[in-house]
Amino acid sequence: MSPRADEVNPARIAALRLGCGEGVPAWTVQRNCASGMQSVETAARSIADGRADLILAGGSEALSHSPILFNDRMVGWLADLNSARSLWAKLGVAAGFRPGMLAPVIGLIKGLTDPVVALNMGQTAEVLAHKFDIGREEMDALALESHQRTAQAQESGDLTEIEPIFDTRGGYYEQDDGVRPNNTMEALGKLRPAFERPFGTVTPGNSSQITDGAAWLILASEDALKRHRLKPLGRIVDSEWAALDPAQMGLGPVHAATPILQRNDLALDDVDAWEINEAFAAQVLACIAAWQDPEYCRENLGLKDALGTLDRARLNLDGGAISVGHPVGSSGARITLHLLHVLRRKRAKRGIAAICIGGGQGGALLLEAA
Amino acid sequence: MTEAKTQSPAKPAAKKPKGKPARPTVAMPRHWHGERDARNVHWLSLDKSNSGTNTLSQDVLAALDVVLDELDADPPAGLIIRSAKPNGFIAGADISEFEDLTDPDRVVELVRRGHAILDRLEGLSYPTVALVHGFCLGGGLELALACTYRIASDDARIGLPEVRLGIHPGLGGTARLTRLISPVSAMGLMLTGRSLRARAARGLGIVDAVTQPRHFKRAAHTAISDGLKRRRRRVSVTLGNLTPARWLLGMIMRRQVASKARPDHYPAPFALIDLWQRHGAFRSRMMHREAESIARLITGETAQNLIRVFLLGEELKALGKAEDHDIRHIHVIGAGTMGGDIAAWCAMQGLRVTLQDREAKYIAPAMGRAAKYFKRRLREPAKVRAALDRLIPDLAGAGVPLADVVIEAVPEQLEIKQTLLRAIEPKLKRGALIGTNTSSIPLEQLAEVLKRPERLIGLHFFNPVAQMPLLEIVRGDNSAPEAMAFGQAFARKIDKMPLPVNSAPGFLVNRVLTPYLLEAVSLLQDGRSPEAIDGAALDFGMPMGPLELADAVGLDICLHVGQIVSPTPDWQPPEALTKLVEQGHLGRKTGRGFYRYKNGKPVGKKRAAGRPDPTIQNRLMLPLLNACVACLREGLVASADHLDAGLIYGTGFAPFRGGPIHYLRSDAGRSLLATLEDLAKSDPARYPIDPGWKAALGLQQSDET
Repeated sequence: MSPRADEVNPARIAALRLGCGEGVPAWTVQRNCASGMQSVETAARSIADGRADLILAGGSEALSHSPILFNDRMVGWLADLNSARSLWAKLGVAAGFRPGMLAPVIGLIKGLTDPVVALNMGQTAEVLAHKFDIGREEMDALALESHQRTAQAQESGDLTEIEPIFDTRGGYYEQDDGVRPNNTMEALGKLRPAFERPFGTVTPGNSSQITDGAAWLILASEDALKRHRLKPLGRIVDSEWAALDPAQMGLGPVHAATPILQRNDLALDDVDAWEINEAFAAQVLACIAAWQDPEYCRENLGLKDALGTLDRARLNLDGGAISVGHPVGSSGARITLHLLHVLRRKRAKRGIAAICIGGGQGGALLLEAA
Repeated sequence: MTEAKTQSPAKPAAKKPKGKPARPTVAMPRHWHGERDARNVHWLSLDKSNSGTNTLSQDVLAALDVVLDELDADPPAGLIIRSAKPNGFIAGADISEFEDLTDPDRVVELVRRGHAILDRLEGLSYPTVALVHGFCLGGGLELALACTYRIASDDARIGLPEVRLGIHPGLGGTARLTRLISPVSAMGLMLTGRSLRARAARGLGIVDAVTQPRHFKRAAHTAISDGLKRRRRRVSVTLGNLTPARWLLGMIMRRQVASKARPDHYPAPFALIDLWQRHGAFRSRMMHREAESIARLITGETAQNLIRVFLLGEELKALGKAEDHDIRHIHVIGAGTMGGDIAAWCAMQGLRVTLQDREAKYIAPAMGRAAKYFKRRLREPAKVRAALDRLIPDLAGAGVPLADVVIEAVPEQLEIKQTLLRAIEPKLKRGALIGTNTSSIPLEQLAEVLKRPERLIGLHFFNPVAQMPLLEIVRGDNSAPEAMAFGQAFARKIDKMPLPVNSAPGFLVNRVLTPYLLEAVSLLQDGRSPEAIDGAALDFGMPMGPLELADAVGLDICLHVGQIVSPTPDWQPPEALTKLVEQGHLGRKTGRGFYRYKNGKPVGKKRAAGRPDPTIQNRLMLPLLNACVACLREGLVASADHLDAGLIYGTGFAPFRGGPIHYLRSDAGRSLLATLEDLAKSDPARYPIDPGWKAALGLQQSDET
């Protein structure tokens, strides 16, 4: 997550403003797209370690407030101007001003570009689409389904974890507002590629939306449950973090979830519901394809054969980041919380929430409904 | 001075208000505590005995005189005056001493004695510093003005509010302030009675420095050793006090004040303008005349009544002991105009508030209004945000089990309210209070559905919540005395004046206002113009005419309350009212009622021409007074004073008249009754005479003898 310049430890600010109390410590974790999941996982570990027994964990993101920065030439010029002693020296420096120095640097774009492999996140999705031969139509179909599933869930009132937001002008927001229930394949098909023009396949329509959002969970020990008479939604059973080639960061969920399945002796079908964060349609489809690909499974996951086919009917039941948006720092917490609600609604037991992380990592949590 | 040089400035200052003085000092009289520090600076703290607040009573001033005697024996390098009370420096004069002052000569004598003490303070050979935190008002500021320097903390509120009590400054403040700062600013401050924040006061030159209290000691030492750079307004002081300028400015001021207040109702601002206009050229003469002017004012009826009103307010406030109850969380159900504004007000006062309604769309407008209000009142973004954080929308009702007080402000329908009360009772925290904001449903009917009806009381707020100081605390048949005490404490916690009333239709305020508003409508039907009707009420001293008031309250609500309060079941509301309601013209909120409104302001309203018609005034005010008499006879409130306080703080009833019952008991009483008897002869149904009149006038005994 990207904190604002005036709130460098947002967790502490949130804790104080929520009235958690002055004496309650709070810190902010940063693992890019998985920050929200990291905070939940860290909280679970702290409780397991016996260091804490009641933790509010989650993520928040205001991408709409991403900074716009001066470029390096402008910064250098301002520094020189400031250190120039005499009026003449100042005028000399001032004369060095060039209009090009005013070109802004968009913090958001910087943040969504991998500095090591110099690829934008959308480009890593293009890499995966190419690698697994995923077509534009397949991506658009998943995107369409994402919107339809969310619209359906909103309509039937299944998104019970959502708290309305009120603004200071008398407005209110009861649902995520990026959902387009009337989307069509034609409309999606008309969109131009966003990252690799003109022949790329990743478009704004089949990518996640850049939005603001927040999601919070309360984690508690057995003791704290009793003491505060809390009714749990579920339990965090296992977790895993994995890392891989930054250019293929979208496969992070595969690398993180596979060891969990192995450790717990589970097949893909033994998990009742899955949430794989929809950074890009291509990236979700690539995860499914990777598990189906014997070669990928052998060479990268240390398996003897393909792991199997992840049933799309168990995956992202109420849509995902393509329809509701991907407020980077909060998505990991959001899919965790949502998966717990899905398990409860379906009266199902086991679920895995997994997320890909810019920079080439993946995170996954194995959850059990209470 | 050699001592001073060997000491680092911070050291003796560090923390020792109650520490050992570096040098033994003479025994101090009560109220004032002094100690001498290593720099031979004398620190004098006012800690008024038996009081949580410092006021400048006669004995505090006299004690100061004794302190100055003692200091003469051993003069310090400087004198610092501060307050030992956490809430502020000095709140003003001790107003209870003003009550029942009738002899102007005696007042002149008292005032001159005060003048002499402050003159003595001002004339000391060494520098003096007033260290001011919290409120520094009235006499408190006048004392500070007699010091060489004034240093204020960020939170200080500085002003001369005497005019609100029907007087003007009387400890030399009129003369000192008009010479310290521009006389135009000085007169503006005294005429409006408003108080300034510390920084604004420094901008005008009233205080010399603003700092945080943690720097007070160093600031005071600096002032004494090096002096403070002052913002003198030499040019505007000199020019503004020239005779032609005073003559011209006085005329302008008089015209401005006259547009707000009438000289016969409120003489004080006019007397203040006279004082400066005529005597502003010479300081000593102005001081001399100040004493005479204030003596005249303070013994007059207006000031005595306004002082009475102030003390009545204090009496109501004393009914609630906020410190006896741990009140932190309020849950408000119903986010309409009243519920939303009650919630915002409570959050503004520092409480955590959950605001519940059925759907987000009902809560959103209340949040928007609250945000606007917080921004206007609190200004600082961090404070605005904190207030907004305290106000929590709560669709699920999660706040019910956390709340110390639950207030219901849902629509006025018995069924809705009963269902709600039944649902929340099992979830309530132990000892939580339930308050209903109903104005028309008997508490007893609401209590029927409760297992523990004793904790239900009425909390009847007035609209607009942020502006109306009164809160009726309604005692139902089942309400426990503890619940009433809790409600009264809650009122204080949110800075309202609690008025305990018995549960009866309309309680006190609506009950009394209704006949007055209905009579206004009847007068309209009789062919009088709205301007003439409202003008007659304004002429009496009401803050707003009855028709404009009805428009502000909402004509539908007026009609509803009229039906509840009406004594007979076959009562027919005036046609002019029902017709407007039927047409959907409900007053200000729909843009049309008795007047038409644009952006909440009446348009096309004319000032009534010529002299106001006394018959209109009688016809309006007598039904109101008659209702007051009835309420008093029925024992709706504890005393006549409570009734007066309720009417003044709940309706704005002409404050300079001291309250309706007080007014009846004045010389006007008997002729008022006679006029009512005349009216009753013409139309007994329209002008009933309550059997309680003679008792209210205090005529009972004379009749029996």
